[in-house]
Order: sequence, then C-alpha cells, then structure tokens
Amino acid sequence: MKVTVDVQVCQGYACCLMEAPTIFDLNDSAGKAIVLRPEPTEDVWDEAEAAALACPARAITIENG
Amino acid sequence: MRRIVIVGASLAAVNAVERLRARGYPGEIVLVGAEPELPYDRTPLSKQALHDGPDTAALLLHPPAWYTEHGVELRLGRAAVGLDLRTRQVHLAGGQTIAYEGLVIATGSRARVIAGARTAGALRYLRTIDDSTSIHRRLIPGRHLVVIGAGFIGLEVAATARQLGLDVTVVEHAPAPLTRVLGERAGNWFASYHRARGVNVRCGVKLARVDPVPAGSSTVRLSDGTALAADLIVAGVGASPATEWLRTSPLSLMDGVLCDSSLRASAPGVVAAGDACRWHNPRYGELMRVEQWSNAAEQGRHAADTLLTGVDNPYAPIPYFWSDQFEAKIRFVGRAKLGDNIHIQEDNGSMVALFGRNGLLNGALCVNAPRKLATYRQAILDETPWGDVI
Repeated sequence: MKVTVDVQVCQGYACCLMEAPTIFDLNDSAGKAIVLRPEPTEDVWDEAEAAALACPARAITIENG
Repeated sequence: MRRIVIVGASLAAVNAVERLRARGYPGEIVLVGAEPELPYDRTPLSKQALHDGPDTAALLLHPPAWYTEHGVELRLGRAAVGLDLRTRQVHLAGGQTIAYEGLVIATGSRARVIAGARTAGALRYLRTIDDSTSIHRRLIPGRHLVVIGAGFIGLEVAATARQLGLDVTVVEHAPAPLTRVLGERAGNWFASYHRARGVNVRCGVKLARVDPVPAGSSTVRLSDGTALAADLIVAGVGASPATEWLRTSPLSLMDGVLCDSSLRASAPGVVAAGDACRWHNPRYGELMRVEQWSNAAEQGRHAADTLLTGVDNPYAPIPYFWSDQFEAKIRFVGRAKLGDNIHIQEDNGSMVALFGRNGLLNGALCVNAPRKLATYRQAILDETPWGDVI
C-alpha cells in the first residue's frame, strides 16, 4: 500500500491524524498533513483507508499492490 | 435485496452508495433528489464558493459517469412527497411511485425561516448552490450586508463578505455568537475576532422588522431601536430536518427520523443518515441529531452496513466539525454542550478552548492549531481527567 497526500488540496482538517496517528502528522504552522509512513505495514491498512474516507478535502490517495 | 432506494441526493446518500457497492451489493440502487443537481458539497457554499461564485462542476461529489459505473438510477429534480410503509413505496412529486426493499432516508435539512410578515421577502437564506450564487452576485464592495444570526453560516457569510469589501453587520439575539454550540465565553472570542476585522457584531438584540426603501435596499430595525441600512440581508438561524414528506406516514419522527443506535428507523428495511437522522448515540447515552459533514459521510456508510447486514451495529461517533472564517481555521472535536468547565488559551494567532464535563475533557475547539485537535480527541477517548489536560 502507498499513501500520498495532495498538499494543494489539504485543508488541515486533521481527520487523517485522528483516524491514523501512526501514518499521518500535521504541520501546525502550514496547516497541512504530512505522511509519516508512505508505505504502512499491513496492520494499519484499515486505519489508512479510514483516513482517506474521513478526509473532507479528499486529499489522500491510497494505491494498493 | 433487489432494490434499495435512497431519498436525498446528499453527501450521506453518496457514502451509502459507495459502501453498498464496496460490500458487493448487486441489486438496484435508485437515488431520488429534489434538486436538479447531482449530489454536491455544500460546505464551500458559505466560504470559498461564495467568495468566488459557485462552480457546480467543481462542487459535485462525483462526476456524472460515476453514477453509471456504480449502477445508480438517478431520479433528480423530483422530490419525494410520501412514504407508504405497508406497500414499501416512495411517492414522488408528479405522481410516480418507486417500490423498495431497502430504504435510506438522507433528505438532510433546510434553512430555518424567520416567520412573520414584518420581514417577508426581504431575507435570503443559504442552503443550495442557487442560494449561494444569488448571494454571491450581490456581494459588491462598499454595499451594506446585514447578517441575522451569529451561527457558523452567519459568521462565514460575514467573513466572506467582509473580505470582499462590504460593510457588514451581524445581529444575534443571544449574548454572544455561537452560544448554542460553544457557550458564551468561547462565543465572545468569535465576536472579538470578527470585530478586529471590521465586522460590526451586535449581540443581545433581535430583528424587529425590515422596512423596504426605494432602489431595492431596506432598513433593518432592531429591538433596541437601531436602524441599519441594508442592500442585502442574509439570515442564518439554524436548520430543520427535511422530513415533511414523512408526516403522513406512521414512521416515528422527533425533529428528525427517530432511529435506534444502529440507525434503523421505526419500520422494517428503513434506515436514516445525515442531518435528517436522530439516533441514539450510545457514547453519550442520548438522542442526537448532527448537522455536520463528517457525520453525514460516516452515517451514510454506517446506515448502508446496517441495511445490508441486518445485525446490531451501534454508531457511536465523537462529533467533529470545522469552519473557516478570515484566516482562522476552526476545528472542533467532542461536545461543548452541558459543559461545566472551560479553559481558553491564546497564542500568536492560535486559540484553544477546552470544555470539561463531570471532571473529564469533553470537547476541544482549536483555531489554527489542528495538530492539537488529534491529541485532544485521544484524550476524550481515554477519558482523561480535566486536571490533566489544562
């Protein structure tokens, strides 16, 4: 699984950080998400998918395989 | 199930479709909507889209082809007007009926209207793309805007108009903005924030009447005798669930479609999601109705799960919402309602207000401090004592 965030689209809603705190972080001054683990291990794939669904800006892309 | 009908072309509806297909539901899906547009995102209508002028294509939740790919039969521009639970049929305006085996009620809410002839015809409301377009066209620099109601919609419209160079007054009958959601102390922060950016915020006064004057403008008269010139008046005084179409059915309503913890309404095969749903949230042990983006999306998926599986499936979210006003990115998690403690800290353009209840952290408002929001959400989940977070 590959996780990316489009920072142009990101609005700093913080939903990704709430859903998947081991995968995402936020830069408070820029108000944008940061991907800590672009290739997360399988045990947190559910969290990554929940984060993508929860993002109001639809800024998160997940590629499987 | 061979046919699921979703009433309301909404965010909750789209999420229900996504989840039904993701779970491999092979049957028909019929989506009924009163507005002619495909489901679109309403949240920008009082912010960026109001500033720039709404672009329908950019606001759509999915392009037209998505509905074909997902096998969704669209019945747009035709409101549902009735529900027959016995024969399992939805009645549409114009006399058509659609039979269902499963029904998702996702009709959302509509802007509450200020009753009374003394303001009739003078007030505009903001709910749809058409509303936003119509208000946008009147946001002309130097003109006078009066906003009735200092809730989130009212404050967002005020900020947008002020940024476009209008003279803006906000009228609120409570002692501070946002008191119903955040209480008076946090509300006062918003009053100061808007005043510092040139918005005239007048709390503790009511709209008395609107007098038309020549050339299309009006005079807004307030309960304290003040008269305000207005080229445009926008009212944002809350929303009501769009459930009028269910009044003649025996479905249980209580300011929304009354649902159990799993989002099941009071009839077999019927679930509800979004602004129109009042359900029992087991986390708080009370009936709640939530008018927020995240809830509508998540509830749409959850209602689809309940409909397909038929098993108990409690929906127990911690509420989350956001607002953008001027340069403030406002994020809230939890609940401020019924709080018995509040702690506010300000720091260099950011502000955090914490809300305590019964010795625990219950809610957190973070302005330009999104990272803290996640920390406080975890603290709410962990039932962190109030003394440990302030």
